[in-house]
Amino acid sequence: MRTQVTSVATVMGVSRIFKGKTGVVHALDNVSFDLKPGRTLALVGESGSGKTTAARVLLGLDTPNSGSIEILGRTLGLLKHEELRLLRREIQVVQQDPFSQLNRRHSVERIISGPLLAFNIGDKESRRDQVVELLKSVGLEKEHLRRRPHELSGGQCQRVAIARALALDPKIVVLDEAVSALDVSVRAQVLNLLRRIQEERGLTYLFITHDLGVAHYMADEIAVMFRGRIVERGNRDDVFNNSRHHYTVGLLSSVPLATPSATKRSREQVQALPSPGVDDACLYRSRCALGLGREDCKSTPLKITQGSETHSWLCHSPVEHG
Amino acid sequence: MKNALVVNNLSLSVPSAKGRVTVVDDVSFDIPAGKKIGLVGESGSGKSLTAYSLMRLIKDPVQIDKGEIFLGEKEILGMSMKDFRHMRGNDISMIYQDPMSALNPIMRIGAQIIESIRLHSDLDHGQARRLAIEHLASVGIPEPDRRIDSYPFEMSGGMLQRVVIAIALSGEPKVLIADEATTALDVTTQDRVLTLIDKLAAERGLSVLLITHDLGVAAQFSDDIMVMYAGKLVEKGSVNQIFSHPVHPYTKALLDSRCDYTIDVTKPINSIAGQPPRLDNRPDGCVFSPRCEHVQPRCREGVPPLISVQDRLAACFRAEELFHVEMVK
Ligand SMILES: Nc1ncnc2c1ncn2[C@@H]1O[C@H](COP(=O)(O)OP(=O)(O)O)[C@@H](O)[C@H]1O
Ligand SMILES: Nc1ncnc2c1ncn2[C@@H]1O[C@H](COP(=O)(O)OP(=O)(O)O)[C@@H](O)[C@H]1O
Ligand SMILES: [Mg+2]
Ligand SMILES: [Mg+2]
Repeated sequence: MRTQVTSVATVMGVSRIFKGKTGVVHALDNVSFDLKPGRTLALVGESGSGKTTAARVLLGLDTPNSGSIEILGRTLGLLKHEELRLLRREIQVVQQDPFSQLNRRHSVERIISGPLLAFNIGDKESRRDQVVELLKSVGLEKEHLRRRPHELSGGQCQRVAIARALALDPKIVVLDEAVSALDVSVRAQVLNLLRRIQEERGLTYLFITHDLGVAHYMADEIAVMFRGRIVERGNRDDVFNNSRHHYTVGLLSSVPLATPSATKRSREQVQALPSPGVDDACLYRSRCALGLGREDCKSTPLKITQGSETHSWLCHSPVEHG
Repeated sequence: MKNALVVNNLSLSVPSAKGRVTVVDDVSFDIPAGKKIGLVGESGSGKSLTAYSLMRLIKDPVQIDKGEIFLGEKEILGMSMKDFRHMRGNDISMIYQDPMSALNPIMRIGAQIIESIRLHSDLDHGQARRLAIEHLASVGIPEPDRRIDSYPFEMSGGMLQRVVIAIALSGEPKVLIADEATTALDVTTQDRVLTLIDKLAAERGLSVLLITHDLGVAAQFSDDIMVMYAGKLVEKGSVNQIFSHPVHPYTKALLDSRCDYTIDVTKPINSIAGQPPRLDNRPDGCVFSPRCEHVQPRCREGVPPLISVQDRLAACFRAEELFHVEMVK
């Protein structure tokens, strides 16, 4: 008997190593996560922590050195070219830069119908109808069909990118810093839009952001990345109200809130600029007030602690609450 | 209290298909000595052009149409460029989003700080080098006597921004402008850099103009806040007044549309409908009127002046009324 499908995508023990001039970079180091149907997983972490690499591996744009990736029950590395092409229909991406991800010479109609053309879907007329429909669903009008990206605002470009991602009616949408370049008021509109579309279409999101507030608003589940590793993972409540990894706590307390009365929680405690601590078992050790003084954080390899069904972390001496 | 900086009726324009259009519109404010003022607004609202005016960095095709800027006792817009150059760095300094815009990529950072120190003093090279090491230490660079010989590419963004702060403060200015200076940094690094600016400002009695689109940054690191929309200052008051009881509908809408981890996730965010006006299509009357949920016919006719309302300044015909409605709620 087959068990019920509980994930639309699974990333298992994936590592990706880049060899650069300055040495080897573990962009992904034994990373595992899964995407549940109709839900949102947020990947958060500072720049260089491996978020985009995780997205690229999942999208089949980059091949990991080890580990496996399964999308809708099919294993990525084992697919023939045509199978991979068909699978690509099911997983689409929206990126950060509203302008550069759209071809500046193409009209909005051409941009959004691009994926339909690539898969030979419909004729010219039915494609136009579909594009108008998609435009409406992202809050744009028929009058935008003829415009080119430079005639649109950043928020409108991002809506066009979203419409294009929806054109093939995918199951999964990867949003890589998709609202990071937008102003506060426009960002709010686009976040509302993304939640509405998700609900209407039962979409699954991998939502990548460095902004914890946005992750909190959008995600059911959050994975915190630090230098290629997922250091904490859990439901919204687990990660925000019961953070166990010292890095998660440091991140949260560094976010300035627009409430002047909010007394700042203790910040990341090591105020001096730390050295990277390359050889430590825990890569966060040099920034961790607790880990700095502990031998095991330096030399004992870390194992994932599964604190509850939903909540796990990678730390020898997690933050205690109570 | 003495003002370190006074800006009177500053207006700037840029060319457009429809002729010259105003992008900074009759802006007046002052920064009392030792105070930190946050200037917030969405992109294109005119924050950077305001800042560049204070540094006299406005270049063609942007033009200053009117206004006065007093730095201490001296009006700087009418001054010869030669005279003003002595004030840049000595009286007022600015740091930018990209630290590399202020650094030479192929010159050791030490040489760059020393150059700046010697420009503002008559120390010899050895003395300047010792002072440079002190400056690096004061901005929290570890092992400053070794780091002074690093090249910019050997340092992280957070480190480079500290170096730029060290250079900006080397002439002991009284006013520091930070234009989105931590926007490109990770949140933990941003926190460290802003805390550093805070500390240095307190130690040296610096006046700071903190320009940011991030409401949280402004709230946590300023004494007073100015809100800018489409080239206009729409509200100005203490951090508490602005964030706890805003009266201008734009300020209120902007705060409502934020997405930090304290907001209610079960509801859509109260976003502002529409988008800021295109610069060649500024509305008549109040610049916010096309997007304002409290708009009345008079708002489309006359421009509301920035006047005192409930212990702060606001440019809205209905500010007083809306404040009371809000209090009743
Ligand atoms: N194509 C590449 N070649 C070499 N190094 C890379 C490449 N792509 C990413 N990296 C490195 O991998 C790490 C993770 O990068 P990335 O996934 O882009 O992080 P994030 O999206 O979290 O900012 C960084 O150190 C980055 O420099
Ligand atoms: N060199 C320039 N030429 C033409 N327009 C400009 C120039 N610099 C700025 N502007 C316009 O002036 C307005 C205000 O710009 P700016 O002060 O940079 O805004 P902010 O810093 O608030 O994002 C914007 O509409 C911008 O497009
Ligand atoms: Mg990235
Ligand atoms: Mg700017």
